[in-house]
Amino acid sequence: VIHPTPSGTRDVLPDEMRELRAIEAAVTSVFAAHGYGEISTPALEYEEVLTRGDAAAADPAYKLFDEDGNVLVLRSDMTIPIARVVATRYPTAEPPLRFCYVAAAYRSVRPQRGLAREMRQAGIELVGAPGPEGTAEAIAVLGEALGAAGLENYRIGLGDAGLYRRLLDRVGVPDDARPQILHELVTRDFVGLEREVERFGEPALARVPQLRGGPEVLDAVPEAGQLRAVFDRLDPSVAARVIFDLGLAHELGYYTGEVFEVYDAGLGQPLGGGGRYDDLIGRFGRDLPACGWALNVERLHLARVGEGR
Amino acid sequence: MSALRIAVPRGALMGDTLDLLDRLGIDTAEVRANDRKLLFDDAGIVTMRPSDVPTYVEAGAADLGITGKDVLAEQAERNVYELLDLGFGPCRMVFATEAGEDRAAEALRRLGVMRVATKYPRIALDYFERTGRQVEIVEVKGSVELAPLTGLVEGIVDLTATGTTLRENGLVIREEIAASTARLIANPVAHKLKAGAIDALVERIRGG
Repeated sequence: VIHPTPSGTRDVLPDEMRELRAIEAAVTSVFAAHGYGEISTPALEYEEVLTRGDAAAADPAYKLFDEDGNVLVLRSDMTIPIARVVATRYPTAEPPLRFCYVAAAYRSVRPQRGLAREMRQAGIELVGAPGPEGTAEAIAVLGEALGAAGLENYRIGLGDAGLYRRLLDRVGVPDDARPQILHELVTRDFVGLEREVERFGEPALARVPQLRGGPEVLDAVPEAGQLRAVFDRLDPSVAARVIFDLGLAHELGYYTGEVFEVYDAGLGQPLGGGGRYDDLIGRFGRDLPACGWALNVERLHLARVGEGR
Repeated sequence: MSALRIAVPRGALMGDTLDLLDRLGIDTAEVRANDRKLLFDDAGIVTMRPSDVPTYVEAGAADLGITGKDVLAEQAERNVYELLDLGFGPCRMVFATEAGEDRAAEALRRLGVMRVATKYPRIALDYFERTGRQVEIVEVKGSVELAPLTGLVEGIVDLTATGTTLRENGLVIREEIAASTARLIANPVAHKLKAGAIDALVERIRGG
């Protein structure tokens, strides 16, 4: 008799669990060493909490009603719940505040794609430490955590969620043309992007978001000053792992500044990512800049196995 | 260049794709000579159906791939980068019905819904939704032209280059939905980790 689990969910048996736990233990010991305190929040949140953080974050998730008819949603990441915690439980605490977590997050999936509805995430949120120092600290902890997890070939893609908008400002692209241009950028369609920006006669609009590489790619881009400032504050061992990607754009709306993704040569998709969200906690009532990231523990495990360990 | 693995589509786009790779200095002689083999490690080429190209590229089993815009539009949720319009393999996605009186229009008017057969259910549904028409999509795998001739459906949405197959089956193009050409796509991680090699290849293709 076979009793299936929902598509995109799965059981974890002892051999795999032991390896996942070892990765989580290695990563959380790095968090603790840097003064990040572990917190836990409910898997279920009021829908209005998630939509206050980011309209898209609550949209595709799993919704249910409680006894009183309130709409409850399974959290799609830990960043918004922690923003709520900071504003409501730490209204006067002196920043910076450092939090970490290992928790499940829930996403909707398209059928038959092998995507996970439920994923184990390990991550940090650094609250009240503005960029570029705060971002540099978060990336330093990220590099150390990846090393502790046993990865040797990882790279960190670093971009800036506000860079392209500043470039559009400089060129003077009108507001009504922007949604389509940004759509092409977020869907990674450079053919469409070149088509949409051609009429503005500024080659940088198509060229800049395709720039990837070392710090030299920042040279001719005046909008990349913040990325340079972060890079200058990184320890050389972490800096050597950074690949700038000036087209990096997240679908999540709450990122305001530097954004990053983690890659491993053995995996075709990122292991995790994060960035600066300087407006998010203010939406919950305490105006603090912040930066954070999450790693997908199962993908860390896959990458580790892929590296032959 | 051998560090990159490229997914090459079999079928209509294969000849132009191999010609392009030849011009880039990738030796495709073995691919041309061998119709059954699928993986050519020395040349860094894997061959497959065009509709499988996004699957391999998204998963990182190939760093780059070449496939039609029609395939990319049908699989819009794939997380791949679209780098270049290669220009070859031009064709159109069209809505066609039997010649003579438009049976699809009649069905829509009298029955409120028309039946449409296609291999591209997503493109078809999206198009008719955008144009405010109710349709019942019938997904078929083989020759779509057969469906309206047997009364299975009133119309079809299909890809055509010259229109010959449609004409030979007594079908006429009623509407053009989109134009398509071959595109170069990249895996998002390879796009970063192999940025130098990918950019060099893209520049050489742009350079002609």
